[in-house]
Parts: sequence; structure tokens; C-alpha cells
Amino acid sequence: MASICFYFQVHQPFRVRKYGIFDVGDRDYFNDDSETDLNNCRILKKVANKCYIPANRVLKNVLDENPHFRASFSFSGVFLEQCAMYAPEVLESFRELIKTGRVEVMSETYYHSLASLYSQKEFEKQVKLHSEAVKEVFDVAPDIFRNTELIYSDDIVREVRKMGFKAMLAEGADHVLGWRSPNFLYKPAGVDDLVLMLKNYRLSDDIAFRFGERSWKEYPLTAEKFSQWASAYNGDGEIINLFMDYETFGEHQWEDTGIFEFLRHFPSEFLKHPDNNFVTPSEAIERYEPVGEIEAPHYVSWADAERDISAWRSNEIQHDALRCIYELERDVIELDDPEITHNWRKLQTSDHFYYMCTKWFQDGDVHKYFNPYESPYEAFIAFINVVNDLKIRIDKKKKEKKKIDTIKKELMFE
Amino acid sequence: MKVLMFGWEFPPHNSGGLGVACKGIVDTLCSRGADVTFVLPKKVPIGSASKNVVFADKTMNSVNTKEVDVLLMPYVTSESYKEHLYEDIIEGNVKKRKRKENRSAQYAGTLIGEVYRYGELAGDVADETEHDVIHAHDWLSFEAGIAAKEASGKPLVAHIHATEFDRSGEKVNQDIYDIERRGMHLADKVVSVSNFTKNILIERYGVPESKITVVHNGINDQDYADALEESPASVVSGLKEHGYKIVLFVGRITFQKGPDYFVKMAAKVRKYEPNTFFVVCGSGDMEKQMIREVASARMSDRFIFAGFLRGEALNTVYRAADMYIMPSVSEPFGLTPLEAMIQDTPVLISHQAGVSEVVNHALKANFWDVDEMTNKVVSVLRNPSLQQCLRASGRIEVTGIDWNSAGEKILGIYRSLAR
Repeated sequence: MASICFYFQVHQPFRVRKYGIFDVGDRDYFNDDSETDLNNCRILKKVANKCYIPANRVLKNVLDENPHFRASFSFSGVFLEQCAMYAPEVLESFRELIKTGRVEVMSETYYHSLASLYSQKEFEKQVKLHSEAVKEVFDVAPDIFRNTELIYSDDIVREVRKMGFKAMLAEGADHVLGWRSPNFLYKPAGVDDLVLMLKNYRLSDDIAFRFGERSWKEYPLTAEKFSQWASAYNGDGEIINLFMDYETFGEHQWEDTGIFEFLRHFPSEFLKHPDNNFVTPSEAIERYEPVGEIEAPHYVSWADAERDISAWRSNEIQHDALRCIYELERDVIELDDPEITHNWRKLQTSDHFYYMCTKWFQDGDVHKYFNPYESPYEAFIAFINVVNDLKIRIDKKKKEKKKIDTIKKELMFE
Repeated sequence: MKVLMFGWEFPPHNSGGLGVACKGIVDTLCSRGADVTFVLPKKVPIGSASKNVVFADKTMNSVNTKEVDVLLMPYVTSESYKEHLYEDIIEGNVKKRKRKENRSAQYAGTLIGEVYRYGELAGDVADETEHDVIHAHDWLSFEAGIAAKEASGKPLVAHIHATEFDRSGEKVNQDIYDIERRGMHLADKVVSVSNFTKNILIERYGVPESKITVVHNGINDQDYADALEESPASVVSGLKEHGYKIVLFVGRITFQKGPDYFVKMAAKVRKYEPNTFFVVCGSGDMEKQMIREVASARMSDRFIFAGFLRGEALNTVYRAADMYIMPSVSEPFGLTPLEAMIQDTPVLISHQAGVSEVVNHALKANFWDVDEMTNKVVSVLRNPSLQQCLRASGRIEVTGIDWNSAGEKILGIYRSLAR
């Protein structure tokens, strides 16, 4: 028996506009209206047309034609928010998929943040905010968790367990699995009642990264070929976890690569084999049992060849920017001003720190491709200026609050 | 491969980056087995001593130099040429030369005349020197290159390090433009130091795109190796010790380098970071104007005009600076940001500089965008993490920008021509 579990990540950050020292004092941090890739509305509409709408159409077709097809999604809260503002029809088409009852929605942090690395309280709060959002938008209550960029560690999974989740998704990185296969369920060492689903990165990346690469020896990847590869796990694996960004379809792999055709035909091709099937994460953990324990004292993620957290935190500017934003936690929470809090949290989205990565900046690799700024340094400058403005606003509000408190006290004494 | 190369200056007797680039090219070609004869237009004052300094270097073993006695300086304009001629007469050089009986003893009296006379002499050099290909650097040596080609019939490579448009903006000297144009059109192949310059050659000089190859300059960080060990000792590094921030300008103070934009930016930076000093290293025809602008912006107490520095003195200043700015209006390549990066100094360069095509770990802005330059400078001064990150990544990057790929490309051109 070989089951495939598809999980698609849907996310768009609120990119910080080009914000210089002369802009400090302007509260408008995210609303770039230029023709660049910093214009969030423009990007969302572009990706909606290239990816979300056509890909949803294909998936709807697949679901209608194959009663045994299953898939799962995770939507960041900042995506849902922007979608509601700029392209509500996209939300509607996702609702259509979820209404079939064969598409599961998972939990994550509302702000697609790195809060799990910095603050337990903030992490919990953002997971709660996300649950509320998906309840409101899709009327579902997820009980399976996936952390930002599949960041995982022993410490994080303990937190996730405390929040009551039944399962968590993670990268099937070699340094975690060792000789073991990602094609089984696992459990975290020392944590009971929580199941781990690990990404099969070879097969996932065949679709997500290599699909349209003409120099790849397997090019072009057909539904038949991929179906054969996946079916070959029959007998020495139970579940193949194909985890990827949903933007793979049409945005990272353009339509002319044939990616939509692939998505359209792969499910029925795979189901031709009677031992094959598709499962949602919830079905997977019902059907299979964990076969071993996973230990992860260090952070694991699905990013870059390293599959660690160096994409967001490896150089001085990333460390500094992260420190600056999480240092504000106490003040922001204490102040409890809805606008300031929301801004502060939007600045926690992992993408801001990804844009500051200098790891392979010289080679013009994937980081450069996904960077709307001219350089990692530009990303830092815009971010840090915004944080400075936020600090000024916080200080001002704090002073106002203090004044009001003093007046209140005086009134009480009178 | 025997190369007959015409230049006008060679380290240590150079007044700018062009001599450095020539040396980089000659070194890399020689290390690849080419046999280069480098022809200089003018006898350098220290004569044989200079030869020793240049050729003591082991990598220079296979270089021969020929000197042709012409009064040429790479950065003089036609107007300032007379001044130089006058200085030369005062020093008695002219008298001495006049005693010589060959035709090189006669001065043509104008810079353009000298260029043509260099050309006349070059024909003789070409007759005397065996070669497979001729390579001429910038307009001053183009007539020489053309003459050599006429004499030997060998292919000519015209190498453009700067055009008249870079030096003079729109006020081009027609004679110089004509020589540049003639050189490029008569050449079999044109090399430009950046895509930025390539575009100028296509648009302003009508050179067919297919004839141009871009060969970015490199930098040899070994040339700067000793400097890293010595400790800063000048006024500038003294400021640093007193906790002041230092923003640096290095280059000729001329239109091309954008000194006026540096002053405008300084005035804005000061409002945000009042503890900042602005250091200017270099001299040039806009120096007085720059000093006046600084004074009228009431910043004289914050500016240090250090004059033309080289070697260890310049390295000391680079190291003391928190940031190096090159606001060039039009810069075919621009070596100084790489020099700054070797000294671990973060750089901000204009998009109008060819060097920005090869450097990633630098901040960039348009030269006219004073606000954006200010934003970036203040960000670096305020955020040690940004400074640190630029330093570290920049240092690694600059080490990789050597002359190897330039050498390979130029040899490739020679081979295709000599076939």
C-alpha cells in the first residue's frame, strides 16, 4: 500500500515598502504602490492569476473526477488577510475545494513568523489567532500543525504538543532521519500522543524545483513517470509526503512548463494502481502507526540545501533585525494598541529576514530570485527604519498612557 | 603570443586607476604565457630607477618596456596641457630634450599634437618589435596603435577605460572624440571595461555591438597585503579614535566623480549623524568649487581635504573610514571601491559606475539621488550590524574579483584575431 499526502503551503507576506530615514514618521509601512515587486496588492493579484485561480480550477476538476483524491493546505493569516482585501474571489475558490470534505486545512502561525524561535507566548498567541482566522474564513478547526517553513526541533514540538495538536509536519532531512526512510510515520522522542509526518524531499523537489529545468536528465517529468517513481515505494514505505509551496503551480514553475497538465493528470495516473491512494494528514495518522522516534536537538526546516534556519538567521543583519523586533514584545503587549500590535506582528513574518540573507547572494540563486529588494542590505535598511518608526510610536503611546494613568490616579484621590 | 601594447602610464608612475589596470592586464597576460612589450609615451623622470621598481617584480619578468619621449599625462585636458608644458620647461626637461637630435625632441605644443607625434614614433617601434597583435589603451595611445597597425599589418585591439563623455559630460572636446572614434573604428576589436561603457560606445560612437567585448577589471589584493598589518596613524584615524564617524570620498575632484553630490549628501547626513567627518582624498579641477560649496553649507569644520594620497597613507584612510562613497556621474569602471573593500570598508557606489556590475556586497544608488545616498549612509553609520555584514561579505567578494577572467578573455580575443 502506498499513500500520497499532498500538502500545499499558501502564503504571501506584507512586504515592507522602500522605507528610508526620511520616511520615519509615516505609518504606512506596507502599502507600496509602485510597479515593483514590493507592491503587495500587485503581487497578490499577479500570483492569483498565474497560480491560485488556475491551480484551484485544476484541483476542483481532479476532485470532481476522482472521489479518492485528497489534498491539504495551510494558509498563512497574512495571506488570508491580503486575499480578502485584494482578491476575494481567490478565497471563494479555496472554499469550493474545502467544501468537498476531501481537502484538509492545517494550523500555523497567523503571521508566518519565527516566533517559535523567540517567544513561547507569542508563538501560542499567533497560533490561536490563526485558528480563529481559518474558523472564520473556512469554518474549520485544524488539529494538525505545520510551523513556518517546516521549522522543527525537540523544543518546538513539545510546545506544539502542549497546544493540543495531534500531528506535526516536518522536513525529512537526512540529518534527522539518518538511514531511515521518510515514508513512514514517526513520533518525536520524549513526546507522546503526537505523530510526525516527514516530507519526502526528493520527490517533492522533483515537482517544486526541478520540474521545468531543461538541463535535468529526467526532463520532462510526466504524470506517468512520476507515478511510477511514487508507486515504486510500494512495499518499503507507507506514506509519501509531498509537501511544497502552492505557488509551485504557475508561479515558480510557469504554465508553459506543463505543470498544470501534470497536476491535472497525475492523480488519476497514480490511482490506476489498485494499491495506491491519497490521504489527508488526518487520515494518514488514523491509518498508520509511527515506526520510530525522531530526535532533533537542532532546528530543521525545508529551506535551502542546509535545511536549517540559516536562510533567516545567519548573518549580522538578520540577527540584529530579529533581536530588534522581538525586543519590543513586552512593550507592545503591555501597550495593547491594536494597530501597533498588528504592525509589530506583520514585521515578524519570516520573509523579511529571508530577504536579508547573504549566503549565496553572489551566485544569483534562489534567494535573489525571490527577493523583491535590490539586495539583502536594502531589505535590512527598509526594515530597520520601519522598526525605528514603530519604536517611536510605542514610546509616544507609552508616555500618553502614563499621563492618563496619572490623571486617573489623581482623580481617584480627590 | 607576442603583444605590442601601447599605454601612457605604468605603476608606480601612475596618477590614477588606469595605470593600475594596465599593470593588472600585463601581469595576468604574462602569467598566461603571453610576451608583452609595453610602450610608454614618456620617459618617467626617474628613468632607470623606475624600470627597476617595475621589473623587480617577478611576475613582470617577461615584460619589456619601450619609452617614447612625449609629454603625455593621462588626465590632462587640452586646456591644462599648457600649464604642464610650462612646468616642464621650468624643470629644464625641455632644454635637455631639445638637445637630442631625433624627432622626439620636438614638441608639438598641444596635447593633441603630442598624441599624433606618439603615433609617428609608434610606427618605428612596431617595425623594431616582433608582435602578433597590437593592444592600445584609451585615446592617448590610439594614434600609436593605428600607426603600429599600418606599419605591421597586425590586428589592433582598442581598450576603452574611459570615454570623453565620462571625463567631460556633454562638453566634449571634438578632437579627442574624433581620435577615440577613429581608434575604435579602425580597431579589429574593442574592449570596454563595463556594459555601462559598452552602451556609450554603441550609442555615442556608433561602434557595432558585435565588435565590443566587455572585460571587467579585477584587483590584485596581494598589492594591498602589507598595508593590512600597519596601524593607522594619520589625522583621519585620529578622528576615529575620538569617536567620530568618517565618510570618505577618494578620487579626482572632477565632474565625472560627482564631488558636488557628495557635498549635498554630507549636508543631509550631518543632520542625522552630527558626529560625522567627511574626508576628501584627491585633487582636480573642481577642488576650489567643492571647497566653496562646503563653506557655503557651513561644513568647513566637518570636511578634511587630504589631497592626493596613495599607498599606505591612502590605505590608512580607507581603514579609518566607516564608509566609502563613490557618487560618480559617469564611471566606466572605478577601482577605488574595490580598494576600499580590501581594507574592510563598506562602500556605496553609484549605479552609473561600471564596477557596480561586478560587486554585489555594496550599497548602490543613483548619483543624483542625494536622499537615497543619505538614507544608506545614515543606515550604515547607525547600524553596526549592517556595517559588519558589508565588511565581511565584501571582503570575501573582492578577493574573487581578480584579473584571471580578464586575462582569459583578452587572450581569447588575441587568439581569434591572430588566427
